[in-house]
Amino acid sequence: MEQLIQQFFNIEVMRQALPLMLRGLGMTLFLCSIIIPLGLAGGLLLAVLSMRQTRWVRWPAFVFIDILRALPPLVLLILVYSGMPFTGIQISPFWAVCVAFGLNTSSYYGEIYRAGIDSIPAGQYEAARSTGLSQTQAFGYIILPQAVRNVLPDLVSNTLEVVKLTSLASVVALSELLYAANMARSLLFNPSTLVLAALMYIAILWPLVRLLSRLEHKNFRI
Amino acid sequence: MERYYGDILWGMVVTVQIGIGVVITGILLGLVLASLRAARLKLLNVFIVAFADLFRAFPPLVVILFLYFGLPYLGISLSGYVVVWLVLALVLAAFSEEIFWAGIISIKTGQWEAASSTGLSFVQTLGHVVLPQAVRLTIPPLTNRTIAIVKHTALGAVIGVPEILNEAQSAMSRSGNATPLIMGAVAYLIIFLPVVIFGRQLEKRFAWKRI
Repeated sequence: MEQLIQQFFNIEVMRQALPLMLRGLGMTLFLCSIIIPLGLAGGLLLAVLSMRQTRWVRWPAFVFIDILRALPPLVLLILVYSGMPFTGIQISPFWAVCVAFGLNTSSYYGEIYRAGIDSIPAGQYEAARSTGLSQTQAFGYIILPQAVRNVLPDLVSNTLEVVKLTSLASVVALSELLYAANMARSLLFNPSTLVLAALMYIAILWPLVRLLSRLEHKNFRI
Repeated sequence: MERYYGDILWGMVVTVQIGIGVVITGILLGLVLASLRAARLKLLNVFIVAFADLFRAFPPLVVILFLYFGLPYLGISLSGYVVVWLVLALVLAAFSEEIFWAGIISIKTGQWEAASSTGLSFVQTLGHVVLPQAVRLTIPPLTNRTIAIVKHTALGAVIGVPEILNEAQSAMSRSGNATPLIMGAVAYLIIFLPVVIFGRQLEKRFAWKRI
């Protein structure tokens, strides 16, 4: 037992690693603040494009979404990060992460938006148009708010995923939380730093997870 | 480049193996946990909810690194293969438990009462009445979540599991060319595009829509 605490819950080690890991946490939050809006906006664009009448717009959107959903995010990240230099473009780890994960989450948000928009009865759109609202106005003021409310649990759930996704950035040596924890682990020869990282992730995410549970249960009731 | 086809192919086999293992054990465990939760034993529920919350909150890579580097300190050394399978199965179990549970509680209590009044036991009610309805409600979120989690087998590359990404990266550094990476990406698409499309078909055919 004593050995367990010494190895995994070593307060001294955690204290030493803390400054480095707090900086990593800051980077994690900064990444999220860029990727989430990117994903939300991109997702909305993809959703709208995938619902247009002309198939020349619809099909590429579908293909794009499906490919992005089928590729693991880590693979996409490595593709962008390692592949870009071969085309002559130098890209920093930070922007590689933002681009790769922005694209990935766009496709997921896009599917969620689509499901939400689909769930609004066509009558809403017809009624909106018949009161004189233009297509865009009907979409923005009537359809979208209702759609978002319907799929709010899924949107929150996906946002949670983005926060967890940032931990993958450690693979391309971006100094976010997990990278700092791993670095500290190898410097201090003690995996307590990983436990601390896990605790910090929980601290950020648990409130979101609880909120998500409540939203999910509310939504499933018919 | 042709010589790398074998490596990538072998990586595909590993990826698919881990994927299937994760799906079967994760979903089964999630179903069992959700069913146990339906028994409404307060003490057990505390543990089930804690498990589900924790494993939905941890980034999988953190848990993988923790187990891979941490367990040797306890004298247990698991191969990367097993660590990835274990972590992803637990994460999938946590998510699917919550999804199944949301489905189970949306079944009106009248169903439970009617079943017990016809003499069905708890297990029989679950098996013949509640779960068949609940599971059909849960197919869309379940397929989405399963696909998202199985793709994390790519994380195995970080701890040396010989799956697609790892093989592609080795090939890339051996050949000094990015083509193996593209081949790896295509390999993933070959595996997962059909899965994504199949998932969508499954949704259309079997899922009951929320009203």
